[in-house]
Amino acid sequence: MTIDRRTLLGGAAAVPVLGALPWRSARAQANTLRLGVLTDMSGTYRDGSGPGSVAAVRQAVQDSGVAGRGINVEVLQGDHQNKPDVASTIARQWIDRDGVDVIIDVATSSCALAVHGVVKEKNRIMLNSTGATADLTGSVCNPNTIHWTYDTWMLANSTGGAMVKAGGDSWFFITADYAFGHALERDTSDVIKKAGGRVIGSVRHPFPGTTDFSSFLLQAQQSRAKVVGLANAGVDTINSVKQAAEFGLPRRQKLAVLLMIISDVHSLGLQTAQGLVLSETFYWDLNDRTRAFANKVKGAMGGAMPSMWQAGCYSAALHYLKAAAEMGVAQAKASGAETVTRMKAMPTDDDVFGPGSIRADGRKIHPSYLFEVKAPGESKGPWDYYKLVRTTPAEEAWRPLNEGGCSLVRT
Amino acid sequence: MLEELLFQLEMSAPQIVLGLVNGAFYALLSLGLAVIFGMLNVINFAHGAQFMMGAFVAWMLLNWLGIPYWGALVLSPLIVGAFGVVLERTMISRLYKLDHLYGLLLTFGLALIIEGVFRNQFGSSGLPYSPPAALTGAPIDLGFMMLPKYRVWVVVAAMVICLATWLVIEKTRLGAYLRAATENAPLVQAFGVNVPRMITLTYAAGVALAALAGVLAAPIYSVNPGMGSSFIITVFAVVVIGGMGSILGSVITGFGLGLVEGLTKVVYPEASATVIFVIMAIVLLARPAGLFGRA
Repeated sequence: MTIDRRTLLGGAAAVPVLGALPWRSARAQANTLRLGVLTDMSGTYRDGSGPGSVAAVRQAVQDSGVAGRGINVEVLQGDHQNKPDVASTIARQWIDRDGVDVIIDVATSSCALAVHGVVKEKNRIMLNSTGATADLTGSVCNPNTIHWTYDTWMLANSTGGAMVKAGGDSWFFITADYAFGHALERDTSDVIKKAGGRVIGSVRHPFPGTTDFSSFLLQAQQSRAKVVGLANAGVDTINSVKQAAEFGLPRRQKLAVLLMIISDVHSLGLQTAQGLVLSETFYWDLNDRTRAFANKVKGAMGGAMPSMWQAGCYSAALHYLKAAAEMGVAQAKASGAETVTRMKAMPTDDDVFGPGSIRADGRKIHPSYLFEVKAPGESKGPWDYYKLVRTTPAEEAWRPLNEGGCSLVRT
Repeated sequence: MLEELLFQLEMSAPQIVLGLVNGAFYALLSLGLAVIFGMLNVINFAHGAQFMMGAFVAWMLLNWLGIPYWGALVLSPLIVGAFGVVLERTMISRLYKLDHLYGLLLTFGLALIIEGVFRNQFGSSGLPYSPPAALTGAPIDLGFMMLPKYRVWVVVAAMVICLATWLVIEKTRLGAYLRAATENAPLVQAFGVNVPRMITLTYAAGVALAALAGVLAAPIYSVNPGMGSSFIITVFAVVVIGGMGSILGSVITGFGLGLVEGLTKVVYPEASATVIFVIMAIVLLARPAGLFGRA
């Protein structure tokens, strides 16, 4: 009998090791740029990022037209399973063995922070779209990373700020217990306190692997706070919102979904999600350019509309390829930091975010939007989910340059 | 002092109730595992995937065939159970003569494949599935908390199913055959009982229990391909603590650990995913055969 139990436990311990196996091996070639999309391919963030991010990057390669200028581009993909150690192992292998020049996307803040360190050490580049922690351009900023799509400061000020303005001056947080959740709770708490509100309490749930949020929701109910802030994402947020409705939480308290994207709304269904207020930097139905982009890539995404994470991967890859083509492949491959400096010097413009720029601290600048989820009756077709509530102009949407504590910013 | 104790009690009472709900799922899942292990000596690592399939089949029945929750509660376990029959006949039955490790590896591989197929087809964030109309509406006010009707139903249903399974195995003729076959299969066969068929059906019954738990879980959790794997490791710990193959042990441990986990979520929420494994380590040191197991 003891053998059985040992076998069983051994098997359980082997679970995380499988799946982290290397995919391919290739020698670096001089005239080839290698883009590695490193993200969650099998877990909670897969639908918003995952294979869709790879499809978006491939689209960017096509749209950049670099092939016509004699530049080869290879796109690699990897699954970090939301584990920082797996993320940094793949990043090192890609750079050392496969000659990868840029690592794109990197969902999950803890993984993003790990890769952030690797690209600095190896003088390569990370263009982060899905990772949220604002620390990437704050206390731990470096010259090799650009934070592209959004961050926790933006979410805190947009969604959190709107809730506080609407009278929600006492808060209780349900927070995912890792770098992202902590950063989002911290940034939102700052917004609340600055506006004269207070944070009554918070509870941190294990990540990943929490499926039942009822205990945490109950603690939130008992706190009698006016607003319950969800500082989590993906399936965690979906489960939280679903179970909050089950426990009748929205009857007495307001639910603040601090990070929710369109694939989450799609999964919840409008019946449950209607009325939620959320912040994104991209929505497929914003204008002609976003619609054009979405229609172009949705075929490669199995008919789903791109999320802001995936759209951000497109925008980031496109800008990188522009810069690399201008610099010449050899120079672009030589130093990640120099290529990033060049990218910062060039204005950005694409169908996803429109015209924008990149700041010295590595923050990509573009407007952000506050949306309200439509009621089922208001939605005119598939993926017609949002009503635009407010647009925050690019200059106001992001943390002021001098407040992040980034060492790259000369004060 | 007394005031503080009362406050603690007020905080804990709802968590105990919620712990029972989670415990109901642990009990149902570990029950199926215990039945399969007890009879087949196979560690069914595909149990989480079969739980997930139960939920997905319920979703398919509703959205493709218009069959509501109550129909799915019966049909989905039958469909997934039939799938279990195929698995057992074509693959698992070939491994009975080999070491446990082979059965474990096979079912683990099957779990990965099944999850991968569903993930490819349906994505990872899940599909909406609403509770049946009879169990929606305002939560029940227990005085110290609001409890959704559906969760009450889950606890009641799980207890009834556990009791029924235990009765079938301990008190009926069929159960007696099953238990006899575990002890000495050739002898039972010599009495004219078709043991291989009984084993197949036992596996199917264990799988059907997982699917039933999946249907029960569908309206609470998002129906997603990963829903089983997040449960299954915990459930294996429950089985180990209760004692491998012990029906009663797995049920009691399932509910008990649900409670412990619920209380941990108040006292030290960060540890709520770990506490069960700490208990498992302690139990293994003190009673290697598990709380209800025979060494």
